[in-house]
Amino acid sequence: MIENVDLSLVDWSRAQFALTAIYHWFFVPLTLGLSFLIAFMETIYVRTGDERWKRLTRFWMTLFGINFAIGVATGIILEFEFGTNWSNYSWFVGDIFGAPLAIEGILAFFIESTFIAVMFFGWGKVGKKFHLLSTWLVAIGASLSALWILVANAWMENPVGMIFNPETARNEMVSFWAVLFNEVAVGKFIHTISSGFVLASMFVIGVSSWFLIKKREEFLATRSILIAAIFGLLASVTLIYTGDTSARTLAKVQPMKFAAFEALYDGKDNAGLVAIGVLKNSGEKIDEKEVSDFVFKFEIPGFLSVMTGGSRDTFVPGIRDLVSGNSERGIMSVAEKIERGKYAGAVLAEYKKAREQNDHAKVEELKMKFMDTVFRDEYFRYFGYSFLKSPSDAIPSVPVAFYSFHIMVMLGFFFVLVFALSLFFLFRGTLIGNRWFLWVALFSIPLPYIAGELGWVVAEMGRQPWIIQDLMPVSAAVSNIKAGSVIVTFILFAVLFTALLVAEISIMVRQIKKGPKH
Amino acid sequence: MTMIVTHFFLQGYWWIIISLLAGLLVFLMFVQGGQSMLFSLPADDMQKTMIVNALGRKWEFTFTTLVTFGGAFFASFPLFYASSFGGAYWVWMAILFSFVIQAVAYEYRSKPANVLGQKTYDIFLLINGSLGPFLIGVAVATFFTGSQFSLNNLNQVQWQTQWHGLEALLNIRNLSLGLAVLFLVRVNGLLYIINSIDDETILKRSRKRLTLNSILFLVFFLFFVITLLVSQGFASDPETGFVSLVKFKYLKNLVQMPLVLILFLLGVVSVLYGIAATIFSGSRKGIWFTGSGTVLAVFSLFLAAGFNNTAFYPSTYDLQSSLTIRNASSSHFTLKTMMYVSFFIPFVIAYIWYSWKSISKRKITEDEMRSEGHKY
Repeated sequence: MIENVDLSLVDWSRAQFALTAIYHWFFVPLTLGLSFLIAFMETIYVRTGDERWKRLTRFWMTLFGINFAIGVATGIILEFEFGTNWSNYSWFVGDIFGAPLAIEGILAFFIESTFIAVMFFGWGKVGKKFHLLSTWLVAIGASLSALWILVANAWMENPVGMIFNPETARNEMVSFWAVLFNEVAVGKFIHTISSGFVLASMFVIGVSSWFLIKKREEFLATRSILIAAIFGLLASVTLIYTGDTSARTLAKVQPMKFAAFEALYDGKDNAGLVAIGVLKNSGEKIDEKEVSDFVFKFEIPGFLSVMTGGSRDTFVPGIRDLVSGNSERGIMSVAEKIERGKYAGAVLAEYKKAREQNDHAKVEELKMKFMDTVFRDEYFRYFGYSFLKSPSDAIPSVPVAFYSFHIMVMLGFFFVLVFALSLFFLFRGTLIGNRWFLWVALFSIPLPYIAGELGWVVAEMGRQPWIIQDLMPVSAAVSNIKAGSVIVTFILFAVLFTALLVAEISIMVRQIKKGPKH
Repeated sequence: MTMIVTHFFLQGYWWIIISLLAGLLVFLMFVQGGQSMLFSLPADDMQKTMIVNALGRKWEFTFTTLVTFGGAFFASFPLFYASSFGGAYWVWMAILFSFVIQAVAYEYRSKPANVLGQKTYDIFLLINGSLGPFLIGVAVATFFTGSQFSLNNLNQVQWQTQWHGLEALLNIRNLSLGLAVLFLVRVNGLLYIINSIDDETILKRSRKRLTLNSILFLVFFLFFVITLLVSQGFASDPETGFVSLVKFKYLKNLVQMPLVLILFLLGVVSVLYGIAATIFSGSRKGIWFTGSGTVLAVFSLFLAAGFNNTAFYPSTYDLQSSLTIRNASSSHFTLKTMMYVSFFIPFVIAYIWYSWKSISKRKITEDEMRSEGHKY
């Protein structure tokens, strides 16, 4: 069915989706975090009646508005690209995957877009309390939107709550709660929205620091820093905590991704966690894939085992164990999974043939097979492997996963430091004169953007070759279109998004320089 | 809560919701309709500002409805999502482009240092306003005229033309619905502007344009409806699912489903009444009639496309690949889960209504534009 799949089509389809997702993620985290910061600020205004707080709230709200529209614009493309570029995926798992997207629209996005109108245009037209409520609802709506999208994404990492129906040739949902409370989803949601909170807090602190450097807007800047630093500190600590728990879940449900971002080739007990390292090409290969090696590394002994299993004795499988199998540790080889996947595929083909020949007895017999838990859990779950050409196809790019992950983690710790220092200097009363720190804060604005994008690189590229872990590789998921068509739309999107990004930054900078106008 | 509902009931239930969302979407595209006249309707910059701001306070509703329409279609009829979007690639991509440029245009057009300049953003609004409704109309017309695709035994779509959807533009019936939708949203746009802006010149200029746009709408709409009623349609056998061409299928659908016929006629009459009241008796409330008539007319057309054993997304290349609400839907479990979710829809509509009212109590005036803190 997909024997003749055009590899450049797969690559361009991935490139287009990645492009859209990367641009989307330039804007969404600020929306997620800034909406809450604005809600805190407006709450203080409503409680105190102090007009200076209103002025401050409206200043950040203007920046919020500039950012919001472009996040929405890139979001709609992502939703529709599942259909336009990944149509086989959309059918194969649409029964499960479509639901969270629809719920996002009905239950979350409408809250956001309705109350955003009140938030912007309701000043003086609606009561103070209703306005405040609207601001809060925008923040809550934005996070709810994120919840449903991340539930959908988590399902791609860890597909649960469904069974395969051979008649329709798709997976069908059997438990909504399993999908919603997927262990990956819970961690992913908290981790991701926290990253948005951190980004927005850093943004507010950075911009406020610029005002202080310029000796302008002292009230606005110091109050904004106070709120953002408290929020940011709490969020960054949560970020690190959920990062740690996510890693544990990952080691269980996506051991290959986990091994790749630690560049761990040979599994071991008492495995150390690489804090800093540089990779080189070792010259060795697993099939056709290059094996990376460390030029140097600084390791925390035993910590990787402790992180994954709670004790130093925990065995952490490496890439070689996962590819070639390790019978001692009960790890199945990819070759074996490919065989099992092919067997499941053959049973499906047999079913389709029996259907065409109207062989009812055979159809019923094979249908029972798909209901059989042994067949499902031991064979069909490896269905995706039947598309792999060689076992090494199951290995993602190790350098990409390794560097993305480690830079992200280092930045995470740096954010905690910046927020803690902001509070420290603020309470000591030395922040305004502390020019070096203000400059550091200003130049830290891009860092959470980098960390957030890298987080998605780890999640998505680290999952390769899968679009749905173990069940479907990207090569089987693409639409049946010409690579040339995708190249054209890719270029159009790239030009358009870049132009809009440049415009956005330019408008944002000008608005910041102008300062609050009320 | 346990409810015994049949699969067929749920499929029908979701088709009704999809049809309703389609109706609301076409109505809310009055925003696009207004945008399509951005360079001709206002006499000066202040008028343009007032029009853009009147429309701009509503653009997010249209946009969100489009996103929800897409999401709901995906969740309830995933085979349509996979087949149409993945097959008619270029039509959907063009629609998407036109909406991407809209989202930023409002927020950026009047901001200093916006790089591309106000004129570019206004052109974005014009493109979205004209191309968006037209292409959506063309795409929806293929629900009645069919497309050239086939599905393999794993339900994967193969589009059978090189044009990936653009071939729909060669069909005169598709074009007529595209143009009918475009002129309908322009009529709704004018009626909305008449209703929400207090400015003599704008009122006068809007009324002047209303007549011509209404006539053009009627011409294309009647052409589409008449050809629809006399054309063959795609019938699906309720027992076997076998799809065949049946003469006067859509006419039969309306006759055999009198409620749908009544809704359709009510919709059309309401659309016309809103227009007539505005032209002949100077009413400023025409939008409420024409708007709700739009919802009813589109709603009932969608019902006629999918109910009464009709293939709602027919394939002219291979009739048996045609999509019906039976073969294209989600599983029983998913449809049921989504039905529970849909119970929130009235609540959503209620808060939208309340918020909309609360910020639109006063009409838009020049004075407000001069003092508004958040202006597009």
